Amino acid sequence: MSWWPEYQNIFTQVQVQGAPEMGMDNENEMHRERTKSASFSTLAGWLGNAQLGPVYLGFFGVVSLATGTLWLNIIGFNMLSQVGWSIPEFIRQLFWLALEPPSPEYGLTMPPLNDGGWYMIASFLLLISVMSWWARSYFLAQQHKMGKHVAWAFLAAIWLFLVLGFFRPILMGSWSEMVPYGIFPHLDWTTAFSIRYGNLYYNPFHALSIVFLYGSVLLFAMHGATILAVTRYGGDRELEQIYDRGTATERAALFWRWTMGFNATMEGIHRWAWWFAVLTPITGGIGILLTGTVVDNWFIWAQEHYFAPTYLEPYGYEEYVTGGE
Amino acid sequence: MFPKWFDDWNAKNPTNIFGPAILVGALGGALFLAALVVTWGNPFYDEFDQTGPRGTGMQIAALSSTVDPTIEEYYTEEPYPREEGEPLAGEVYENVQVLGGVSDGNFNRLMNAMTQWVSPDQGCLYCHVQNDDGEINYASDDNYTKIVSRRMIQMTQYINEEWIGHVQANQEVGVNCYSCHRGQPVPNNIWFRIDPVTESTAGWSAVQNRATVQSQFTSLPSDALYRYLYEDNVIAVHDLESRVGDWPADEGVATWQNTERTFSFMNYFANSLGVNCVFCHNSRAFYDPSQHTPQWATASLGIIMAQELNNDFLEPLGPVYPPERLGPVYADAPKAACKTCHQGYNKPLQGLNMIADWPELASSEPPVYE
Repeated sequence: MSWWPEYQNIFTQVQVQGAPEMGMDNENEMHRERTKSASFSTLAGWLGNAQLGPVYLGFFGVVSLATGTLWLNIIGFNMLSQVGWSIPEFIRQLFWLALEPPSPEYGLTMPPLNDGGWYMIASFLLLISVMSWWARSYFLAQQHKMGKHVAWAFLAAIWLFLVLGFFRPILMGSWSEMVPYGIFPHLDWTTAFSIRYGNLYYNPFHALSIVFLYGSVLLFAMHGATILAVTRYGGDRELEQIYDRGTATERAALFWRWTMGFNATMEGIHRWAWWFAVLTPITGGIGILLTGTVVDNWFIWAQEHYFAPTYLEPYGYEEYVTGGE
Repeated sequence: MFPKWFDDWNAKNPTNIFGPAILVGALGGALFLAALVVTWGNPFYDEFDQTGPRGTGMQIAALSSTVDPTIEEYYTEEPYPREEGEPLAGEVYENVQVLGGVSDGNFNRLMNAMTQWVSPDQGCLYCHVQNDDGEINYASDDNYTKIVSRRMIQMTQYINEEWIGHVQANQEVGVNCYSCHRGQPVPNNIWFRIDPVTESTAGWSAVQNRATVQSQFTSLPSDALYRYLYEDNVIAVHDLESRVGDWPADEGVATWQNTERTFSFMNYFANSLGVNCVFCHNSRAFYDPSQHTPQWATASLGIIMAQELNNDFLEPLGPVYPPERLGPVYADAPKAACKTCHQGYNKPLQGLNMIADWPELASSEPPVYE
């Protein structure tokens, strides 16, 4: 369509399809741990690389997939048994069902299987699965002689995961503080957790986490939009533009500097994005770790620390008898 | 991805699909939006009732925007003046245990009204038995519904006498049979104990995560009505100091699980009354009495009232009922909660005075007719 510039598009414009790139077969014998086949998908090519596979599994990949599959299946079969092994009821109630953590009275002991025992087993497998996937991200980067930025960023998310499911329950003296495995039930936990501890919005680390979360979204939108806007000048070759700044970089930089007086660089924007993303779960994890262990009512805490205003009594609620005469 | 003939045909027949795609997308989007407006209502509906001082976010969608359709069906009739020498019901009829002090004419007026309120389709025979010769034996207690009715009349009188703080919080309203029955022998929104709601589970896993009427179709606990309106458990979950240092594993400490149950209960409250949290609470500090609206006190009395009604009147009727009237899990008697009477309105029947014409039900003392 002529009225629509060809370079402005939602989807990737250039797709390469041909003989699959099977990767190097170097002295580490990495090919032994790779799957053998590769294929092409035009649909995938609209979003990224059109080539699918091969996948490197490795020791940690196999361990992670095996334990992760066990975790998921333990949840699924527990849900199925909760509806009397009825498949239609399982589908109908799927978003309501959950594998719940133990009842509070069991503390840090192993509970019966039907009251959180299966949950503890599944959680142990999930821990192995997640940590193995982290090791995989670390060692794969090492083998590629890359920096470990992906692994450390992933570890930031794992920090929040461990706070929720490991550090905080231990500090609270009960595994019952862990988060249920279920679609609606984990959201119920989130709401109940916030309400129980006097509204988590008054937790300053929760506030920081939201800043970094929304900040990440803003940065991602600004960066993605900026690069797409200068692809016609080669702006999507960002790494080359770091050391050989071309007209794409110049235009993008001028755009932002003239808009708001400051601009990131082709290198700097990626450091901004990495830190904002990583700080989201790090600050959030600190906020969760302090909840119930150091502070039991965040709204009262916030008023005591001048983080929330204290209103003067009387408030005058008696003036508002709604629907009354 | 597609078969070769399809790709070939497409290559030979280049077509501009953007026009039709945008058209279909726009029409589909408009249809979707129209469906949203029809099902969820006007998004620009901006009539609100303020429930607290300005600047505190205390507002609810305007109340009473639609008229409760059951108000039109309500049957009522003013009391008859007692005629000279008119006997009392207890003097002319056998086995009148509760309404014996009511004059004959007004007794029959009330019996007729009760039929209209409770069993309009079934008539007198819903409670009274018919002899083999076709005569109605009004004195007989053979039908369980008669025994239940008598107890319900006592319960109605008890509510109107002892719970003025709840049923006449703002003006004279009170309750009669129609407050709950609304023309049906078994009122809507009665409840039974139903936990455990999941199989092969115990503890907290067993009482939640199933779409039930009692959880209001959420995955929150389904035992809130039983724990709070039959048993007398603590509803509040908050610590009133910034640091208390309780351990969740200790007995009596409010956990996030307790909070879910409280949330389930409060959600039931809100749905029963057609309001939201800030009708009673300032949601910034649910626990702070100085930030509650006056409705909170009315609702708190309602909780204790429901506990009393369930324990003293409704559950003890269990042995009287036939099996099909009992609960599915525990064979317990049907019980009452907020929704049984409120039915989605903050004032049942939108504040209609239910005792104005019915002094017989307003008090256990026989009325004096002018």
